[in-house]
Amino acid sequence: MRIAVIDENPVRAAIIEDGLAEVGERDVFVISERTGMARAIETIDPDVILIDLGNPSRDMLEEYFAVSRAVSRPIAMFVEQSNEDTIAAAIDAGVSAYIVDGLSQRRIKPILDLAVRRFQAFSRLQTELKEARDALSERTIIDQAKKILIQKRSISEPEAHKLLRDHAMNSNKRMAEVAEAIVTSEQLLGDGL
Amino acid sequence: MSTDQMNIGFLPLVDAALPILAQEHGFAEEQGLNLNFIRDISWASVLDRLLYGHTDAAHLLAPLAIATTLGRGRPAKALSVPFVLGLNGNAVTMSHDLADIVAPAGQLGDPVEVGKKLKLEITTRAQAGRRVRFGVVHRYSSHSYKLRYWLAECGIAPDNDVDIVTIAPPFAADALANQEVDGICVGEPWNSVAVERGVGRIVLVTAQIWRRGVEKVLAMPAEKLEEDRDKIERLVRALHFAARHFVDPENWDKNADILARAEYLDGSATLIQRAISDRILLTADSPPVDVPDFMFQYREAANFPWTSQAAWLYSQMLRWDDLEYSADDQLRAEQVFRPNVYRTALKGHDTPMPGANAKLEGSVTDSLPVGSTQGRLTLGANPFFDGRVFDPTDITGYLAKLPK
Repeated sequence: MRIAVIDENPVRAAIIEDGLAEVGERDVFVISERTGMARAIETIDPDVILIDLGNPSRDMLEEYFAVSRAVSRPIAMFVEQSNEDTIAAAIDAGVSAYIVDGLSQRRIKPILDLAVRRFQAFSRLQTELKEARDALSERTIIDQAKKILIQKRSISEPEAHKLLRDHAMNSNKRMAEVAEAIVTSEQLLGDGL
Repeated sequence: MSTDQMNIGFLPLVDAALPILAQEHGFAEEQGLNLNFIRDISWASVLDRLLYGHTDAAHLLAPLAIATTLGRGRPAKALSVPFVLGLNGNAVTMSHDLADIVAPAGQLGDPVEVGKKLKLEITTRAQAGRRVRFGVVHRYSSHSYKLRYWLAECGIAPDNDVDIVTIAPPFAADALANQEVDGICVGEPWNSVAVERGVGRIVLVTAQIWRRGVEKVLAMPAEKLEEDRDKIERLVRALHFAARHFVDPENWDKNADILARAEYLDGSATLIQRAISDRILLTADSPPVDVPDFMFQYREAANFPWTSQAAWLYSQMLRWDDLEYSADDQLRAEQVFRPNVYRTALKGHDTPMPGANAKLEGSVTDSLPVGSTQGRLTLGANPFFDGRVFDPTDITGYLAKLPK
């Protein structure tokens, strides 16, 4: 496991690094400079990033994550004051993992694993959401194309569907692409529906 | 009356003033509250502490409260805003190198004129393979939205023609000094810090881009507002009295001294005093100039959470995050602002209370008496610099007319 520790305080970073010695197979990298942080993360290519909740670079880091999927990584966070409620709230709020009181060595490995899993679950959710949205707009355009075909060629809905699907298969295109071409040409050439 | 404790998160900025002064001048105590303050450097930390329950309420960027509610970049978590901590108070500070080319010396620039020259300079630099780079405090900040609004209107595409990066306010002057950026859009005292250090000069203030733009808000998780409704209403009252105290010139020196303390802004009382008195030092070598309405914390029901302001922020989120309009999202965004909590908290007090919860933003060019349910309310000029008017009932129509 490749772990990047972001901490501007070299002493604290060293203590964290020490604490991670017990985590089986691992490479630890310390990033203490604010400038060039995105590049550093990309070069290190960590599986997880460890950072303190109050780290001054948090906003910058979140911005990198928002802009570049290439830099985006699971985060595990150190928090000085907490209880069960806080931890639950943190996990709900999308923090991949939440580490209390520095590093309890027996706990660190499962927490880091959790961090990675949580992050992946959230990323998957985002991708699924996007796919669902795309699918929705695809269905709308296919429905529109079918309507045009039904009216222009006086065919039934299943026939229109088959026509679209066959054409898509023969031309190696997606149904939505064929449908879009029909809708566009209808808008340009047709007399409107 | 027993005293309730409340933890308040904040960033070291002049517009964190109202909760701090509410505590320091005893307005909180009068409402049976004792406020403890937790300072951070990054907005992500302020927001996290609020979501994890380290704090009960926080000084927060208005757009970030809406982005959090809509789940931009993280799972959605509904926040509520019963009180606006102020309007505007930010500036655009550029390196001398860039400012000397695009802005007049010794005075604030005109947004249109500066924009024209900036566009030319961006083209010139692009031919030499260089890009102009701006720093804002957060993706979801009014700074980002005002800067982008201005650039786009001047024919500069914010996502293509320039780079816009995120810098926490306390690092903004450093970034300008190290030439990491050519310009910053940040709140006070961080523009003045850059000016005093001689690393840049103030070219525009955001009040020139939108005269009455919503800035920081008092935010909390929506369920907390319901659970602690009475406590929150007392906090709103304490903030209201602090706001009235804040704008009285009699109190400026004293308030600047309080805010400058190590546990609050840990900065220069002189710089803070200038910001709260609307007197801004544009360059290190000239006297401060009057910038009317630079910060706007009290008059004209400035603290009233107009749902139309939340709607405007939502419109800009659609514009720059490339999202599709959703009536449901607009409603969720508008519901972040809670005018009715403000109303019940201040009913029977001396503050003018608007009759409506929404208005046409940017429509007042002179001054306009408006309907009120309590006291008399006249709104001052509130235009956008391009004269456009935002109608919260027609976001798609508004966006269709805006340059991208």
